[in-house]
Parts: sequence; structure tokens; C-alpha cells
Amino acid sequence: MLAFLVSAIRLGMVFLFGSTGEILTEKSGHLNLGTPGIMCVGASCGCFAEYLYLKSVGPYASPVLAILVAVVSAFIGAALMGLLFSFLTVTLRANQNVTGLALTTLGIGISDYMIAKAGTSFGRASKFFSASLPFADDLGWFGELFLSHGVMIYLAIAVAIVCSFVLSKTRVGLNLRSVGENPATADAAGINVSRYRYVATCVGAGISGLGGLTFIMDYLNGNWEYCIDAFGWLSIALVIFTVWKPNLAIFGSIVFGALYIASSYIVGVSFAGKELFKLLPYVVTIIVLIFTSMRSRKKNQPPESLGLSYFREER
Amino acid sequence: MDNKKTKKALSFHIVKREQTAWYIGLAIRAAAVLLALVFSGIVITLLTDKNPLAVYKSMFDGAFGMDIRVWSLFQDVAILLCISLAVTPAFKMKFWNIGAEGQVLIGGLATVSVMMFLGGKIPLPLLIIVMIAASVVAGIIWAVIPAIFKAYWNTNETLFTLMMNYVAIQLVAWFLKVFVKTGSGVLFPMPEYGFPVIFGQPYLLNIIIVAVLTIVVYIYLKYTKQGYEISVVGESQNTANYIGINVKKVVIRTLIVSGALCGIAGLLLVGGTNHTINTETAGGRGFTAIMVSWLAKFNPIFMVVTSFIIVFLQKGAQQVSTDFRLPQAISDIVTGIILFFIIGCEFFLNYKIVVSKNGKEND
Amino acid sequence: MANAAIELKNITKTFGSVVANRDVSFTVNRGEILSILGENGSGKTTLMNMISGIYFPDSGQIFIDGKEVVIRSPKDAFDHKIGMIHQHFKLVDVFSATENIILGLKGKDKFNIKESAKKVSEISHKYGFDIDPNKMIHEMSVSEKQTVEIIKVLYRGADILILDEPTAVLTPQETQKLFAILRRMRDDGKSIIIITHKLHEVLSLSDRVSVLRKGEYVGTVNTAETNEGELTEMMVGKKISLNIHRSEPKGCEDRLLIENINCVSREGTKLLNSVSFTAKSGEILGIAGIAGSGQRELLEAIAGLQHIDSGKIIYNDPKTGEEENLRDKTPLQIRELGVRLSFVPEDRLGMGLVGNMGITDNMMLRSYRKGKTVFLERKGPHDLAEKIISELEVVTPGTETPVRRLSGGNVQKVLVGREIAAAPTVLMAAYPVRGLDINSSYTIYNLLNEQKERGVAVIFVGEDLDVLLELCDRILVIGSGCVTGLVDARTTTKEEIGLLMTKGKGEEA
Repeated sequence: MLAFLVSAIRLGMVFLFGSTGEILTEKSGHLNLGTPGIMCVGASCGCFAEYLYLKSVGPYASPVLAILVAVVSAFIGAALMGLLFSFLTVTLRANQNVTGLALTTLGIGISDYMIAKAGTSFGRASKFFSASLPFADDLGWFGELFLSHGVMIYLAIAVAIVCSFVLSKTRVGLNLRSVGENPATADAAGINVSRYRYVATCVGAGISGLGGLTFIMDYLNGNWEYCIDAFGWLSIALVIFTVWKPNLAIFGSIVFGALYIASSYIVGVSFAGKELFKLLPYVVTIIVLIFTSMRSRKKNQPPESLGLSYFREER
Repeated sequence: MDNKKTKKALSFHIVKREQTAWYIGLAIRAAAVLLALVFSGIVITLLTDKNPLAVYKSMFDGAFGMDIRVWSLFQDVAILLCISLAVTPAFKMKFWNIGAEGQVLIGGLATVSVMMFLGGKIPLPLLIIVMIAASVVAGIIWAVIPAIFKAYWNTNETLFTLMMNYVAIQLVAWFLKVFVKTGSGVLFPMPEYGFPVIFGQPYLLNIIIVAVLTIVVYIYLKYTKQGYEISVVGESQNTANYIGINVKKVVIRTLIVSGALCGIAGLLLVGGTNHTINTETAGGRGFTAIMVSWLAKFNPIFMVVTSFIIVFLQKGAQQVSTDFRLPQAISDIVTGIILFFIIGCEFFLNYKIVVSKNGKEND
Repeated sequence: MANAAIELKNITKTFGSVVANRDVSFTVNRGEILSILGENGSGKTTLMNMISGIYFPDSGQIFIDGKEVVIRSPKDAFDHKIGMIHQHFKLVDVFSATENIILGLKGKDKFNIKESAKKVSEISHKYGFDIDPNKMIHEMSVSEKQTVEIIKVLYRGADILILDEPTAVLTPQETQKLFAILRRMRDDGKSIIIITHKLHEVLSLSDRVSVLRKGEYVGTVNTAETNEGELTEMMVGKKISLNIHRSEPKGCEDRLLIENINCVSREGTKLLNSVSFTAKSGEILGIAGIAGSGQRELLEAIAGLQHIDSGKIIYNDPKTGEEENLRDKTPLQIRELGVRLSFVPEDRLGMGLVGNMGITDNMMLRSYRKGKTVFLERKGPHDLAEKIISELEVVTPGTETPVRRLSGGNVQKVLVGREIAAAPTVLMAAYPVRGLDINSSYTIYNLLNEQKERGVAVIFVGEDLDVLLELCDRILVIGSGCVTGLVDARTTTKEEIGLLMTKGKGEEA
């Protein structure tokens, strides 16, 4: 049971990064369906940079630097994808859904290409990421559940809390929410709608990208798997599940993580039956979607102009 | 006008085009495709240090180099076009069905099940009829469930259809685990139960079927009452209500059409091409098809062109990756690049940039 | 002029081939209220949008306190202490009043909602507003929302306030209150520009009036030295008496009987409250009321688009003499009953027509079901389109040009033309001349009169009382979803209707 929870938390943080980034993006009015591709690019950029770094320093790698190199590269790589999305949808006024899907195609391509160059095994690098607090083992179940994790787990929660705070308690957050709710109003209030959308989308994409890196380096202990895009789609679904609140996403993501791995931990399920159990997160998402749509309330709705582009002089 | 000190030498502003003449539209699109070709050529050259001309030659080789390649090119165009046709009615209605991937896969799964369990037990013509029926019904079920929820509770169809993709993928994975006796998870092809080969060309039948479907969908959208209702609902639900169109009924009916066509695409992939199935059978075409349809402005005839361009580039890029020992992923990258160029060029179709100097008019 | 707060010189703005403003120049002084007067579509709002940074002029100069300025964005406008209160409120529904007010402000101080709320209350007290700073916008009435908009610009320290048709959505009492506040601000030294097309407001409120006509500047006069006649002449170019032809109703019989219909919104407020009336064939029944008093719901209920909670809608078939209850019937069912009900809705491009389709395809909206095959029949609609284009003088490049590219008047001709082509027995029109130039308006009046003479029961929802008085036979007045009066248009006065319009608020359940 304990192992199950620990595992659920580790996987959950992949979703948490993904959906925190997407929430930030959606709050600005952008529905970015490119998140799966962005998470792939985040993962591959992080891994590729790590591979170059470890190759260059030989056996004497600094743990802090090793982590920093991967995290920063993942963030930048993913943010550049966000920049591409913003350029097309804000500056060139393209349809957001279509641009997002194209971005996913491109992102998967880029990441597969990079991994083909860097190899699929990052076991050594992963060690840096999974290093936990030295005294965690001495604290029994408490230590294992809360303190045994690698750095990315804590970073994910910190990022979600910071985003939640920024969105609800600061001037920037207020402005950003107004851009997603009613861009014409924000514009009339002197807020630079395009800039907010660009920045929110790029930062959001960067955060999502860290999710991909977490999946490879932490959850899979450095063994590349070509299925990150599935986590991207689930992260987008999680945004609805958590009604656009990053602090709720912390718990929502752990629930998703638990659902995703449930099949491996339930005893007495056949080899084939496990494949059916893997349906769980998708089916649960569908059920949640249906329930939220059936009882629609003003409070828990998506940003009003989500998915709509804004052009000032349109008439 | 008085000559003030120059504030800004040049200022750009964007003006909406009143109406774009067809030749300007064509020229802009052609330029976008050309630029995309040049750009992907540059990218590949940078990655390989090879002569760009050699890269282009290899691309053409990949698409047209041999008879078999040409056939395979047209086969892939046909499948992509079929899925694009399938998503079009829904998109025209502004129903964001991104579940074509799953609808195709489930259609394929239905086909492969029929081949596996009834193959050899009933005569081939009857078997094929059952295959068609099964795939169509499976595709419809997968599309109509989100449609019903959309119609009655306005459930977000984008995410619903998306999740249905993964349900379909997992069902295929489960099917392969349970029914492949060897336990390898790889189902051995069963060409003996597939479509008949006509004129000695295995893909010709698929291509003919899709060509017919293209014309049928074109007529359906443009010349029938149902097609007209789809357009009205897509443009404005208020107007649809106002003239007494039952929007719920149209949404569900349209997704039945969409799902059925996706089911047929699955049938063509399994019964007419691979004669087996795996979780990658749809291979992302469900998503590419959305862009094909959108870029063609939902016109089935234009879709022939857009799907051809995309498949041609994919095939070419695959050849490049073999010739120059690059990872296969290069083909996805090239697809992404061309999509972005075409998406970006839409802007220049709808707007023009006016440059004015020193605040004076320069219309 | 020494105390000119803002001065415009030769401002020109075009949208595509449409000229919205041509060579407009005028001045606003400190401590004065200036009215910008003009018909619908004369370019008033576009002009003000250029001062407030929403649009950028194609050419011309703007001076503030004698210095030339460039206003590229609303932010620039704020920096020059210009604040605009838009006709369509620019508020975020899910935010509170305070959150909306401080939106977009660059704060040197710490971000603190409570402090800001206190400051909002201070401003309210100073000018006499009445507002709860923590109330959410979606829970507010129209007049409260407007108050939030005004406080928003005052909070930013605006010295020049622009109000775009602020009274369109207010009751006379609310209007008086607003005017009192505006006068107080003027005495406080602020410059106020108010856009309107209501002459009596211009005369009662402003110090000077500038008039625009078809995008061009006509002139400025002192309010004290002018009168309605002169202003009207400046506004429309020639003296007009609103002479709408009105024939005596003939052969009237009850066509549509509305009995006690009630309608409650999803939020639980009463949209229609025991509404009863009769529409007769061969007459025009006007419906007057402040915008949003239930006019839309009433017409949509009759058309089968709005669910009603109780009451009857009885249609009296002129051929068979039979009575049909239309309640809870869909528009399609109503048509299948043989009821020839035509409806020109308020939202022309969003409901009555499809903006992206050509005229032929829009004609088909009503008739596409004809014929037994699954295929569309295009010939009939195409002929009808051509007929409407020639008979109603619709200006369009062709039958296939998307109707959203046409001007407002031409769009309305297409819509009314189609609705009349169905040979209706009941014709409902909601604000059919809103946004139309005078010539197109008269075309519409004539069409409605023609229908009346053919024995159609015409229901006309209007906002201009002068038009209602001259066009209609009887006028039904509604206020807050209740019928507050039914008057004979030939004998009543504007004052009487005005009084009836404001009744019904809080009276009887």
C-alpha cells in the first residue's frame, strides 16, 4: 500500500507539472492542445542536455549542476514550443486547436529525433534526480511517504502553490485572469493582452515541459519510453477535473497517478486484464467531464474566452 | 503637412482583406508550401551536412522513385483523405471531434475481430459484408457517445473524444494480449480474409473506394438538405433554433456520419491494407486529418490536395532518413514544419499589412 | 484656446472601404460637458474610440493641454487622464466591483484588495454613487455596472471622461441621478464628453454640442443658443418631419391572443409577468419599453424559442377560423400547423441570418425543407434573392456575397424581405430600424405598412417613441416584464408612454 502511494505521488507529479502549465496557459485564454508535444520536447531537451553535460565532465559531475542543466534546458526547450504556439495564434491569429495539434506532431518528432541521437538510457543522470533526504529512511512510513522523493516532486508542488498564489492573490494574476475571461475588457483597462498571452503560454509550456523530464528522470529512473504524449493529454483533462485551480491539481494529480498505476498493484488481475485496468484514468476523466457539464455553475467554468483569439480592430 | 520630428520611421498596421481573389489565395498557399519545402530542406541539410539538392532528390525518390512507392503514396493519401472526409462534417458544425484516431482504431478492431472469428467459416463475400457492417457500427458507437452528451449536456467534446482514443487503444492492447495465442502481442496478418486484389494492384480498391467517398461527401455537404443544416448549425446555433432546426438531432446525426466514415477508414486499413492490427494502426492520422480538413476549408476536393502534400512530404522525409541514416522521426518534424507554414499562411489570406511612413497615409 | 483640455484636428479613420470619420476637428474645454450628437452610424463611437486608444486614426492629430500626443493604446489614454465608459460595458463577469476597478493598474504600492475597496467607497461618497465594492459583476443590475465603469475611470484619476450612450439602458430616474453626478464632476473641473442621439438630454445636460453626420464634423453650438429644430437639422442635414404614412386599420379581427404568460429565467427572476394582449389583423401593434424589459422574451415565446411557465398563446387561423395554442411548440411544429408567423429578430446576423452565407443561402433558411428529395432546391431561393435585391434596392456585389459584408440597412432589407416573402399572417419585428440610416428606416416603415394593409397582424418593438407614435395603431407598454399600459397611438403623448415605461418596477407581484 505504501509503495503504491509513493508511486502514485511520483507519477502524479508528472501530471501536476503538465496541468499547472496548462492552467496558466488556459487562464490567458489559450487552449493549448500542443501540451503533449511540449512535454515530449521538455523531456528530450532535458535528457539531451544532461547527456551532453555528463559526457563533457566525465566522472566528476556536480549533482546540483546536473539537475540544473536538465531542468533549465527542459524549461527553455518547452517554452520555445510555447513561443511558437503564441506566435501563430496571437501574431498570425491562427486557430488554436489546429495549431496545438500541429505542435504536438512537431513536438513528438523533435523529441524522438533527439532521443535517437542521445540514446534511451539516462540511468546515471537519473541518480541525481532520485537522491532523497538522508534521514528520510529513519522516519518510517512518514519518511517514505513525504520525504523520500527526488527533487522534482517537491519542485512540482512548489510550482503549483506559487502559481496558485500568483493567480489568486497578485496584480499580475488578476490581470492574467481578466485576459482569459474578457480580453476586450483587459485591453480597455490598459493591459497588453498579447504580451500576457505570450508570457503565460511560454511559462506554462515551460512548466509542462518539466513534467516530461520528471517522468523520464524520476518515475522511470532514466529509461526513455515513447509514451509521454499520453500524459500530456491526461494533463489537459486534469485541468477540467481540478476546475482551473493549481492547488486542487496537487491532489487531483495524485488521484490520476493512482488510477494510472492501479492495475499493477491489484492482486489477482491477469496479464491481459491489466490492459483493461489501464482504461481507468480515461474512463474516470470522461465521467468527471460528464458530471461537471451536467451541473454547470458560474464559479467553476472555464475562462470565458478560452480558445478564442482576440483582435482589437476586428469588426 | 508640417514636418514634425520623425517619431517612427515606419509603422505597420494590419488591415483585414475585404475579399481575397482566388488567384491570390492560390499564390499565397503555393508560396507557403514552397517555403516549407525550402525550410525543411535547410533543416535536413543542417542536420546531415549533405548537399540540399541531394536531399530533395531523395525526397522525390521516396515518393515517386518506384512503382511500388507511387502506389504506396496514393494508398496513404487515400487513407488520410478518408479520415479527413470523416471529420469534416463534424468540424463544419464546429464540433471538435479529435477522436478520429480512436474511431478508426475501433473500426479496425471490429474488422479484425470479424476476420479472426468468422474467417473461413462463412464465404468470403459474406465475410466482407459483415466486416463492413461491423466496422461502420463500431465507428458510429465511438463517435455518437460524445455527440449525445454534447447535444444534451454540452459536455466538452474535445476532451471526451480525446479520451475515447485511449479507451480504443487500450481495448486493442487488451485484444492482442487475450487473443494472440503465442503471447507475443503481434497478430499475424490474415490476407486470405482481406479485400480482393483488383487489376493486380493491392491498393487500387482502397483508392477507388476513397475516390467515390470524396465525391459523395462533397455532394452531401454542398447539395443536400442535411449538409445545409450542418452549415447553419456550425455558423450559428441561434439561427438554427430560429428556423426550427433541431440542433440536438443534427449533432447526433452528423456524428453518426462522421463515425461511420472513420469506421470505413479502419476497415480499409485492416481489411484492405494490413490485414492485422496493433495500437499504432491509425498512426496519428486521426490528428493529421483534422489539419488536412481545416486547411482545405472543409472542401473535400481541396482535401485531396492537402492530404497529398502532407503524405508526399512524409514519404519523402522517410526516404531521406533511410538514405542519410537519420532517425525516422525526421518525417514527423517535416510534417510539423509544413503544417505550421500552411497554418501561418492563413493570416496572409485574411489580412494584409499596410506600411505607413511618418504617420502619413500610404494606402 | 487656453483652457482646451483636448483638441482634435482633421481626424480620419477608415475600415476597409468604409469611411468612419473624415476630417473631424473639435475642442473640449476644462469644466464643461460637451455632447457629441449624431445619428446611428455617424461615427461617434469610432471617434471616441480613437481618443481612448481602442482604434488608431489613419491620419490627423490629437492635442491635450495644447501638446500633440499619440494615443496608441488604452494605456496611453490613461496616461493622458482620459477615461472612456463604453456602451457595452467592459467588465469581467466573474470579478468583483473592486477587482474590475483596479484591473490593469500599475501599482507602486502593495497589491491589496481591501485598501482598494476602501478607496472605491471614498470615491462613491464624494460623487454620490451607491455601490458595494465586493459585489460580483454578474450579480449586478445594468445601472450598477455602469456605476462601476464610471468609478473605474475616476479611480484612475481621469480628468476627461467619455460616456458612450450612457442613458440607453437606464430608467428616467436613473438617468436623472447620473446627470446630477455628471454635473457635480463638471463643477469639480473635469471635462465630460457624452455621446448620444437623444436631443432632450443634450439640451438639459450639456454646455456645448458638436454634431457629426455620416462621419463628418458638422459644427459646434452652445446649448443655450440652440433648439431641437436646429440640432435635428444639423444632424440629418435637412429638416425632416417624421411624416410616416399611417392608414386606418381595416377589417380587424383578433389574430393572436396572449393570455397571462409567465416566464422565469434560470436564475429565478421573472422575465415576463402575467402578460396578456391581443394582436389584431390589419393593424400595427407597437411595443414600447426600456431595453431589456422582456420584449425579446415575449417575441421569442410567441415564436417558439422561449419556454414559458404558464399561460396561453392562441392563434386564430384566418382560413379555417380554428384556434391553436402555440405554447410549448417548436418553431418547426408551429410552421407545420400552417401558422404563417414571420419574425424579424433583434440580432440580425446572429439569429435572423447567417453572416457568412450569401443572400441565396439565407433565403433558403426558410424554404430549404421544400421538395421531397434529399437534395436542396436552389432555383427558387435564388430567384427570391434577385427579387429582393431589385425590389428593395439592396446594394450588394451579388447574390453569393456573404451578408455580413453588407451594410446594416441592406442586411435588414434582406431579412425583412425574406420574412415578408413567406406571406405571413403575423409579422413580428424587434427593433427593425436600429442602426439604419433614415432612408432604409423609411423603406422598413413602408414595408410594415404594406403588410398591415394586406391584413397582417404586425407587432413592432421599437425604442424611438416618436416613431412608435406615428407608425403604430395601438401601443403596448411593458416595464420589468409586466404590461403597464395599452394606449391608442393617435391620442397618447410621449410623456404618457414615458411614465408607463417606468411603472411596474416593484409594483404588484
